[in-house]
Amino acid sequence: MSFRLGHGGRLIDRARPLGFSFDGRRMTGFAGDTLAAALLGAGETLMGRSFKYHRPRGAVAAGVEEPNALMGIGSGPQAEPNARATVVELAEGLEATSQNRWPNLALDIGQLTGLGARLMPAGFYYKTFIHPRAAWKHVFEPVIRRAAGLGRAPRGPDPDRYEQLYAFADVVVAGGGVAGLHAARLAAEAGRRVIVFEQAAHWGGRAPVEGEPVGGLPADAWVAAQLADLAARPNVTLRARATVFGLHDHGYLLAEERCGEGGGTGPRRRLWRVRAGLTVVACGAFERPLPFAGNDRPGVMLAAAVRDYLVNWAVAPGRAVAVVTGCDDAYRTAMALAGAGVRVPVVADLRPGGGGALAARARAMGLRVADGACIARVLGGRSVTGVVLAPADGDGSGGEEIACDAVAMSGGWSPAVHLWSQPGGGLAWDADRGLFRPDPARAPTGADGRPMAVAVGAAAGELALDAALADADRALRAVLGLPAGAPPVTAATAEAPPRTAAMLPARAGHRLRAKAFLDFQNDVKVSDIELAAREGYVSVEHAKRYTTLGMATDQGKLSNVAGIAVLAEARGTPVPEVGTTTFRPPFVPVTIGGLAGEASGPLFQPVRMTPLHGWHAARGAVWEPVGLWRRAYAYPATGERTADAVAREVLAVRGRVGLLDASTLGKILVRGPDAGRFLDMLYVGMMSTLPVGRCRYGVMCNEQGFVTDDGVVARLGSETFLCHTTTGGADRIHGWMEEWLQTEWWDWKVWTLNLTEQFAQIAVAGPKARVLLERLGGMDVSREAQPFMRWAEGRLSGIAARVFRISFSGELSFEIAVAASDGPALWERLMAEGADLGVTPYGTEAMHVLRAEKGYIIVGDETDGTVTPRDLGLERMIASGKADFIGRRGMERAHLVDPGRWRLVGLAAEDGAVLPEGAYAATDARNANGQRVTEGRVTSSYFSPTLKCGIALGLVRRGPERMGEVLAFPAAGGRVLKARIVEPVFHDKDGARLNG
Amino acid sequence: MLMLTCPHCGVTAEETEFAPGGQAHLKRQGPGSSDDDFEAYLFARANPRGVHLERWRHAFGCGKWFHAARCTVTLEVFGTYPARTAGPPAELRAAIAARRPGWPEGGR
Amino acid sequence: MARADIATEGAGPAGFASVAGAGPRGMVTLRGDLTSPVLARAVAAVTGTGVPARRRIEVAGDRAVAWMSPDELLVLVPRAEAGAAVAALEQALAGEHHLAADVSDARAAFTIRGPGAQGVLMKLCPVDFATLAEGEIRRSRAGQVAAAVWRSGADEFTLVSFRSVAGYVIALLEFSARPGAEPFPA
Repeated sequence: MSFRLGHGGRLIDRARPLGFSFDGRRMTGFAGDTLAAALLGAGETLMGRSFKYHRPRGAVAAGVEEPNALMGIGSGPQAEPNARATVVELAEGLEATSQNRWPNLALDIGQLTGLGARLMPAGFYYKTFIHPRAAWKHVFEPVIRRAAGLGRAPRGPDPDRYEQLYAFADVVVAGGGVAGLHAARLAAEAGRRVIVFEQAAHWGGRAPVEGEPVGGLPADAWVAAQLADLAARPNVTLRARATVFGLHDHGYLLAEERCGEGGGTGPRRRLWRVRAGLTVVACGAFERPLPFAGNDRPGVMLAAAVRDYLVNWAVAPGRAVAVVTGCDDAYRTAMALAGAGVRVPVVADLRPGGGGALAARARAMGLRVADGACIARVLGGRSVTGVVLAPADGDGSGGEEIACDAVAMSGGWSPAVHLWSQPGGGLAWDADRGLFRPDPARAPTGADGRPMAVAVGAAAGELALDAALADADRALRAVLGLPAGAPPVTAATAEAPPRTAAMLPARAGHRLRAKAFLDFQNDVKVSDIELAAREGYVSVEHAKRYTTLGMATDQGKLSNVAGIAVLAEARGTPVPEVGTTTFRPPFVPVTIGGLAGEASGPLFQPVRMTPLHGWHAARGAVWEPVGLWRRAYAYPATGERTADAVAREVLAVRGRVGLLDASTLGKILVRGPDAGRFLDMLYVGMMSTLPVGRCRYGVMCNEQGFVTDDGVVARLGSETFLCHTTTGGADRIHGWMEEWLQTEWWDWKVWTLNLTEQFAQIAVAGPKARVLLERLGGMDVSREAQPFMRWAEGRLSGIAARVFRISFSGELSFEIAVAASDGPALWERLMAEGADLGVTPYGTEAMHVLRAEKGYIIVGDETDGTVTPRDLGLERMIASGKADFIGRRGMERAHLVDPGRWRLVGLAAEDGAVLPEGAYAATDARNANGQRVTEGRVTSSYFSPTLKCGIALGLVRRGPERMGEVLAFPAAGGRVLKARIVEPVFHDKDGARLNG
Repeated sequence: MLMLTCPHCGVTAEETEFAPGGQAHLKRQGPGSSDDDFEAYLFARANPRGVHLERWRHAFGCGKWFHAARCTVTLEVFGTYPARTAGPPAELRAAIAARRPGWPEGGR
Repeated sequence: MARADIATEGAGPAGFASVAGAGPRGMVTLRGDLTSPVLARAVAAVTGTGVPARRRIEVAGDRAVAWMSPDELLVLVPRAEAGAAVAALEQALAGEHHLAADVSDARAAFTIRGPGAQGVLMKLCPVDFATLAEGEIRRSRAGQVAAAVWRSGADEFTLVSFRSVAGYVIALLEFSARPGAEPFPA
């Protein structure tokens, strides 16, 4: 059982005890603890259950690579699931909850699956639950999902704040260990802009744990001196608690800074979006577990993690700790334990020849060292009670039982190459050291094609302190173009070559292999990889997906190389031929909140507001989002249903006068000697012949000949046009114009300017519209002075205005454009002057009904990107005399001139009902797939308050030739609605009202 | 995420400031063009594994269109140039050929 | 977010930098041949400055001219003079191929002031502010909308956006400047 030592612990402050809870039980740790350290210090080795078999698990590591000790932190909307207890900083009142267990951690029903582990090998689900299909959906999946699963996502909106920060640096150092700090120092001294990110709360990495002097100082002191120097430099930014989790194209580097754990006004997380000229990968290395039966029992830990807990937090994993290792580093753990008064009954060294100088020192301390030996299996259930010591190359039979309550294991080290590999850096297998390391000849490259990253220290495969610093010194000087220098002085320790193992003991049978875990979180065992290989999953990427090796939240930080070793042995090929799986971001799990940054709640998306938005809001308008705009959909009076408001507004326009905020319509100024010629190319109709002072409706197509936008064009001067676009089309059409002018007709003299937001535009529509404008005074808006499709400038009620005599409602209508800042005043004047006329503000839904009653199309309703002007009955718009315009060639394609195309008609339901929008008309014929052949669809459908019945527009095969025919529209519930094909103009067919 | 330098305003900015526009130097096919030529103009696009000449607009900047010569494998950007041209300038062609010997014939 | 009429004036809640609408500005977009001497004279007559070089903003008292693209300038004058500025430019450029239009109501301006001002903008704009020179205008984005920004004084930036998103922009700025969120605490 783990316990807290009476003294020591370089990171804890024993004067500051902190209370916390684990599964509701109150415990105490110290300031500076991680949650895992505090739990171990309190004697809690059981911290979670594995994902598949629900086996009891404790912390195996002391850092970000931890696969087992995943917990829920906090409660309510701020709860964080799947937090690694090894990196969670202890805080007063912290609530931790174990996961993946039911009913509780100690007694877990799901562990029954562990009893049947032999029945659940790799691919179990794939093989077992294929048939019957219904059983998967209704039986297997719900049961499995309930028993399995990691932490639960919090419910309710996250009350914390997150933000992002754009930063730029010549050099970003990922990792604040001694190699990273030395690299940062060199880059800073060379005058580069430097950012150093360290994922932990403390700096220095492993060196201060080992305690070897650096540069003539104790490691801690050397680290402090480097930090002091760097912090004083204006060209250096230092961030602890900030993890670089992704390195992407062109030096785009992402880091998550943990600013706090909620509450307060500051951010909980800050996402750094950095452009790094050079990224120094100084992320250190991860120790690997060894594959022996029972290596997943709580109390079996990585050897260096044991040392971390001992030195940093004064926590020992047990009273008697057996050590098993394939490299020299674990002897440091054995000696540290012994030095702290913890019994070390044996050090089992896989290597027949044993270790080097460190092994000799351990022996000199009186420790029992067994060369060529391993642990054949671990004794115990929820905790370790002993191990069986056996020859490493044997089959595990016989062996000596040794009592202990914890195990420290070391299968060698794997450089943390993730940031190197993510953007495409190549790896080389270093057979001597038994590790994949970054291959400097295949560095990831940046925008200039040159290397954008350099790996240093342990991340480069240089595991020893002296070699790591020497490597960082040499690598940085080379990449920065600095003269050769000397790294900080350190003592050299000669280590014997390590040995990797695919299974311990090497000739162990299936029983042991099925209990030797590679991927702890996903419960992938040596036997699973071997099974995958036997079944033909010989590619490492296939074996990974078949077994789920490395697919857990730790992304194979511990298991990857061990799994590759097993696969290599099963295939009988060398490790480098198996290769590694792809390293993908994020390096560690990151919060969604950080990725969203400020873009949540009211800042989720910009809302575009018209100059009259405030008036609509004050009138309780119901909103309709149109692109990013909010438009008033209708203005229901108190207690009025929205549909009734729409009907009232429609009838007000037909009977009296209504006001519509049309400010969102696009308004693009087009000017120049070639403006007319240019617009003739853009619109299917002629614009160059439009006289000054007049307006003309225009339709635009893309090169395919399909309608993309429409609107009224006004000629403001001989060289100046104002093009109105749809609300959604303003930016798109302006961009379209600029694209043609910049990339095709760049010698044409045309300037464009998107003036959409400069103006408030108000439609005044209805039989009393002219009366109302005359009351405002200042402009002659008589039929004679301003007939239909004319515009005029002047002052209305003292406000500079441009008045267009155009109509989208079929009524006598004017659209008045004034400077946006004058919009509210004009609107208020219209409301005041029109009060006795019954002036009524109307919203977009009434606008839609009004236009549908007149058969006017809406781009996006009647069109969907496959509809031509001819389909819409707009062939008269197409200028026959033009040699060319955008879309002309496309319209000539055979399918677009097919007389069998679907074309615009009106649809009148036989009983006056409102047809469902989008409904398809079906014939009795069947196509090759047995589906009913369709012959048309409803594109717009409304209740017409004017006609007191449903009206619809639709596209119907040969529609205009089939007036009076009745179509069948199958609807939900097996009903079939019948509708007659009619003219698309339902109201005022001769346009008398329009010209009123 | 790419970094590109707009040749018009000289700003080097991240990809979120730009809008992509597909393959560069297409020749417009208008009325009178053959069905094959028109189809190729509308739909046929180069998809090279290697050097690609592509269109970008500095949408959140000066609004101007330009072209970039970029390797689709390594994402190396050989250079950018204004859109008002029928092909990359000679210096850029030389720079690409220096980095990708054999380009444009078979060179990657 | 119901702040349609942010009116681009007034101060927000106290943050680690002050953010506020900069008040009404007269703004005129001028498109034309920026190398033309006629255009240079026209601009000088309205603003008292020369035509700015690429990405530069020339300031003279309460007037300024900013380079927006190789064929576009943004002329800044007192709000009341925008109409006159358009007229003056039109007259001076008669016969030249150009476009001049009042865009005062299509834009909103904001001031970000204080030692932390740069930190506020670093959260919103993918711009390397350390290399943004005095007198340089940078068009980019702030959050999800287009923006132009320049150093308008010691520890002060001016940011211009479209008017319709002024409510979004001031909310962005206030969020980024809120106390406790300093990216680089002193």
